[in-house]
Amino acid sequence: MSGTAGRSLGRRKRADLFFRVLATASAAAVLLSLLLILGTILWKSLPALNLSMLTQTPKGGFYLGKEGGILNAIVGSLYLAAGATVLAFLLSLPLALYINLYKGRASKTAVWTRFFLDVLWGVPSIVYGAFGFVVMLALGLRASLLAGILTVALLEFPIMCRAIDEVMRLVPRELTEASASLGATRFETALKVVVRQSAPGILTGVLLAFGRGIGDAASVLFTAGFTDRVPASLADPAATLPLAIFFQLGTPFPEVQQRAYASAAVLTLIILLISLAGRAMGRKATRHVVK
Amino acid sequence: MRLFKDALARRATGLVAALPGLLVLLIVVGLFLKSKAILSVEPLSRLLFSAAWHPLKGEFGLLAFIAGTVWVTVTALVLAVPVSILAAIYLSEYAPRWVREGAKPVVDLLAGLPSVVYGVWGVILVVPFVGEVLAPLAGVPSSGYSILAGGIVLAIMTFPTIIHVTLEVFSSVPRSLRDASLSLGATKWETTRHVVLRKGAQGILAASVLGFSRAFGETMAVLMVVGNVAAVPRSLFDPGYPLPALIANNYGEMMSVPRYDAALMAAALVLMVIVLFFNVLARKILVRVERRVR
Repeated sequence: MSGTAGRSLGRRKRADLFFRVLATASAAAVLLSLLLILGTILWKSLPALNLSMLTQTPKGGFYLGKEGGILNAIVGSLYLAAGATVLAFLLSLPLALYINLYKGRASKTAVWTRFFLDVLWGVPSIVYGAFGFVVMLALGLRASLLAGILTVALLEFPIMCRAIDEVMRLVPRELTEASASLGATRFETALKVVVRQSAPGILTGVLLAFGRGIGDAASVLFTAGFTDRVPASLADPAATLPLAIFFQLGTPFPEVQQRAYASAAVLTLIILLISLAGRAMGRKATRHVVK
Repeated sequence: MRLFKDALARRATGLVAALPGLLVLLIVVGLFLKSKAILSVEPLSRLLFSAAWHPLKGEFGLLAFIAGTVWVTVTALVLAVPVSILAAIYLSEYAPRWVREGAKPVVDLLAGLPSVVYGVWGVILVVPFVGEVLAPLAGVPSSGYSILAGGIVLAIMTFPTIIHVTLEVFSSVPRSLRDASLSLGATKWETTRHVVLRKGAQGILAASVLGFSRAFGETMAVLMVVGNVAAVPRSLFDPGYPLPALIANNYGEMMSVPRYDAALMAAALVLMVIVLFFNVLARKILVRVERRVR
């Protein structure tokens, strides 16, 4: 505290006040920026939202046609994110169980796996997109719902896995030990104790990953394609909401731009809903944890 | 039978456990193999430090794009780091409990918004703001689609990352240290500066590095507001063309030009390696912080 010794109390108090105001203003700026974003998006897009927008596919091409709606993108995005989330879940749950149960929470395997998952979390989605494209070519796939699902699943996997891992770490050791002392194998403990105990938290993680998956544009840009139709099979290309926004905002026609704004509103609402649902689940999770 | 099932489950889950490490490796190797066609022809120095980007003439200098990425990222960080840290200080030191609890959903929601939504917002609000308000103030002509617009949008996108990690670091500073400082007559700000910030310095650094690597690879939001002109930018009001935008804009069209796809894969590889480096760096710092706290 040497630097402050020579200063008068008044100056120190003024400095204190100054930084208190500055810090408060910064926090307010962060909050305001969120409100500003949500407000702008809703203000611009609510006029564009009507029933035919939500229930029709674009007429005359998504880039040029002035009629029709965004049903293709809504359904495409839901298919894509749902498929990817299921796939990512099938990978994440066993992995989280493995490092928490079979290997022990602080084992070397667990530490390294977590490290790699964190690294994967930080990989930009455009890199996943490029990598997905390479894999797609190697497998002989075209840009399709399936290729999109595979790529987005890779993107979601680290997010979901880390989220599940975090809740499983909270499962008290006594519970698993009690289960083991009753003669249950680790597999039985995993399914009947650990998964059940952390179920709400797992669901939160799944929702979080779903939200990331449905909102990501860069990873599906080369892999899912884009089309005016609702995909009928895994091999069809699929339209997605983020790309619907991106492509249609760039047209010179206000009618088409309306579709971009409507897509933005739908996407934002989906994210808001997921966020609220995740919060509700998270609260439940903390209530269930045996302390 | 039950034991058999257990052993089977162990094997099966064990297989999955190799996946994360394998995936990191696969991405790097996959991108490397695909970019070999250009890496074997062009010397690395020319690829990275030449600004000549003429795919049709077979010139693939990535400098303009790397410079664009660095400009946008640094602009974003200059804006985001002070605001985020101050906001975190407010939330952890000054704010009443209900504000702190209420702020969490806000930060989470900011983190969860899709990047295209940020992009749309940038196009509607930030680009005109830069073009019609800030540029005339600075006395330079600008369309608004500029490094600055990209930096502003990106800064807001990196808020949640930095705030989240910084808050965690601050909460690991023991309460008793703060109380000791306060009881010696230090003001709240002096306590924050000399105790909390000093104790959390490394963690704040790690948070900033994480924010940096997050901003570095961001694609869509930046792509939509930054202008995409393949030249080394000279001022904040110039348009730029970051690496991710280059990849996103040109994929699919490059098949007819020889080595074009390899050049784009090389761009992806550069991106991956840089992000990987900064990520690992940030994790290493954070692990050290965590260990010291215990």
